[in-house]
Amino acid sequence: MLIYIAKRILIALPTLLIVSMLVFGLQMLLPGDPVLAMAGEERDPETLARIREQLHLDDPVPIQYLRWLGGVVTGDFGTSLRTGEPVAQLILQKLPVTIQLAIMSMIFAMLIGIPAGIIAAVKKGTAVDWLANFVALSGLSIPNFWLGIMLILLVSVNLSWLPASGYESIFVDPVRSLQTMIMPAFVLGTGLAATLMRHTRSSMLGVLSADYIRTARAKGLTGRQVVLKHSFRNALLPVITLTALLFGELLAGAVLTEQIFTIPGFGKLIVDAVFNRDYAVVQGVVLCTAVGFLLMNLVADVLSVMLNPRMRAAL
Amino acid sequence: MTRHLLTATALAALLTALPAAAQELRIGLGDDADILDPAQSRTFVGRIVYAGLCDKLVDLDADAQIIPMLATDWSYSDDGLQLIMNLRDDVVFHDGTAFDADAVVANITRSMTLPESRRKSELSSVASVEATGPLQVTFTLTAPDASLIAQLSDRAGMMISPTAAEATGADFGQNPVCSGPFKFVERIQQDRIVLEKFEDYYDADRIQIQRVTYRPIPDTTVRLANLQSGELDMVERIAATDVGTVSQSDGLSLQEVVGLGYMGIYANIGNGDRALTPMGEDARVRQAFSLAIDREALNQVVFDGTSRAGNQPFPPTSQWYNQDLPVPARDVEAAKALLAEAGQDRVAVEIQHANNPVVTQMMQVVQAMVAEAGFDVTLRATEFATLLSEQTAGNFQLSRSDWSGRPDPDGNLHQFVTCEGGINDPKYCNPEVDRLLNEARAVTDPAARKELYDQAGVILNQDLPVIYLGHQTYIFALDDKVQGFKALPDGMIRLQDVTLAD
Repeated sequence: MLIYIAKRILIALPTLLIVSMLVFGLQMLLPGDPVLAMAGEERDPETLARIREQLHLDDPVPIQYLRWLGGVVTGDFGTSLRTGEPVAQLILQKLPVTIQLAIMSMIFAMLIGIPAGIIAAVKKGTAVDWLANFVALSGLSIPNFWLGIMLILLVSVNLSWLPASGYESIFVDPVRSLQTMIMPAFVLGTGLAATLMRHTRSSMLGVLSADYIRTARAKGLTGRQVVLKHSFRNALLPVITLTALLFGELLAGAVLTEQIFTIPGFGKLIVDAVFNRDYAVVQGVVLCTAVGFLLMNLVADVLSVMLNPRMRAAL
Repeated sequence: MTRHLLTATALAALLTALPAAAQELRIGLGDDADILDPAQSRTFVGRIVYAGLCDKLVDLDADAQIIPMLATDWSYSDDGLQLIMNLRDDVVFHDGTAFDADAVVANITRSMTLPESRRKSELSSVASVEATGPLQVTFTLTAPDASLIAQLSDRAGMMISPTAAEATGADFGQNPVCSGPFKFVERIQQDRIVLEKFEDYYDADRIQIQRVTYRPIPDTTVRLANLQSGELDMVERIAATDVGTVSQSDGLSLQEVVGLGYMGIYANIGNGDRALTPMGEDARVRQAFSLAIDREALNQVVFDGTSRAGNQPFPPTSQWYNQDLPVPARDVEAAKALLAEAGQDRVAVEIQHANNPVVTQMMQVVQAMVAEAGFDVTLRATEFATLLSEQTAGNFQLSRSDWSGRPDPDGNLHQFVTCEGGINDPKYCNPEVDRLLNEARAVTDPAARKELYDQAGVILNQDLPVIYLGHQTYIFALDDKVQGFKALPDGMIRLQDVTLAD
């Protein structure tokens, strides 16, 4: 098992290298001059030349890339062009926020999506199934920013139940932290719940028509036992993989949701960085996100191996 | 049962929003500030934070006139080559360092020499600065510069603690130490900047707020929703379309003020090949374009009447506005006649503009207006960083962008329309305009300067390298418990005399 994990990590390294090259290259293709973006209104030619020189932006792109890579290897992610803060510090500031939002969203998604998927599969073809599908489709179709603004207007402005925005670390003020995160997590969670529900439903349907389920029923087991013990466990495997992958995606930040609820996470950081052509920050965040995504991929694979005795034997 | 009770209690705790600490003012900003070092920063919202954090040598009043702040009085020498300033004797920085002439010298020198400084062009007329007394500084200039004093009313005149500046160098922005009414507490990027009352402030009697939190919320709808829900006490720059909502809300009020800047369209007159069009080559075509625009209608349609129609780099309310050139009424026939005179029937032209909804709508209205006079306009919406680089590179025919404005008229004109101007993107060059604007820099008598700007204005109104459309208004929305706030034309939030009722 450990050898398997070590192998997977080694394979991930070249992937990361390629990701970082791609992102670096793509940024250079962006129209718009980072120096102009940085200079703002004080953009007379002397100022521009001075900034360009300070940032080594006159060097060939490969040299700039190698300079960045050299820094990363020695643990230096560079500094933000915009605020002068070290990129590593920025990432450490945002990472807990993004992780908290991702976990809370995932909890919402699983609490809604998985039971709904099971019920829809068991009651296939009935009004309940139809309703669950309708809700799932709505969850996928309603844009996050719209749902977010509507929730703010209803829950915060009209009912004054929850704060409209902001963020507090869960270690500083857990109550306020949960208060500010519930709405954005719910907004993100509903979209994911829809995906989870659809997958749970189809996976359950596959299992429910299997021979051993008929056998289980023939043995005289109750419907509840059949569904939860025999079917769900077996149907769970693809759902777990999907959950881990969705979680990996959440780690990339949720741009619109973060923007609406002004949560200082990765999404907002990277969008602002792209608009300001803040190369070092974009690179740092993308690298960090890619690591997170690859890790979640690995977790998904390891989990499915551990949960499936047949695959365990194959290792 | 107990489990239900627990859940209910937990829910109740979650749903009870925490009350804000007393005398804490929470302000919603339209954007996140950049680096908090007056010598290095460039954002508008950064300046709003400085209004609480860093005092300046001089300040502006409601008419954009220069008034004393850290300097008590000042005068130019007869030849205009020296500016002598006397300073307050009761000022200390947040770290206890005393404010004196040496501190001013250290600050100005830092802004002129720090490699990362963005203030170099603002201070380009300064040859040297020296302490000519414990509380007197003398600026020696390379050439007379009447606009210097206005530069000192903004970031170039903000005084930071020389002790802290020395210790931190270019990293000063991570823990700024100034002499303003509030001192720095903490900053979490994209989330908040917190300041706390500085007890040793020289004008402490005028500060009633204990703590200020600035929160960047880019979306205007959300910013307003946060004010309505009580998460914020005031917000800056709300959308014109939300003005109605605020004025109808109980417990909220508005403050509006016409800014110092302008909204304009830059015409490519001499910046590369794309200038070689009727629009770039013939002033009559630009005059026709300008005449075909109904500026007041733009204000009504796009800004719900909250902005100001304009045709000069200064708003009609400004003392520098040339009253002999009022905002022209739309005249399609005259525009057609001008086009005919220029030998044109229909003129195809591309306008690039920023891709935000307000500007896009504005340009669509312009497109429709000028079509009637004979202009076939193609609109090209681009993201802002791209717009700027296209504009600088000369890859445009007409380019729509804003200027935030400067208190001194020089700042709204000289760098845009003089032959060697630093941001003269149209590459317009008229020696007569250069002469007038250079002379206006050199004389200090306001009446004489006004005369020169009026003369330059007449020429620019003919040549139209910049087609001015109007002037933005800064609109603040406030909770009624915030009292004593006054919006000034620079759009800053000054916290002197602001109180929070319980």
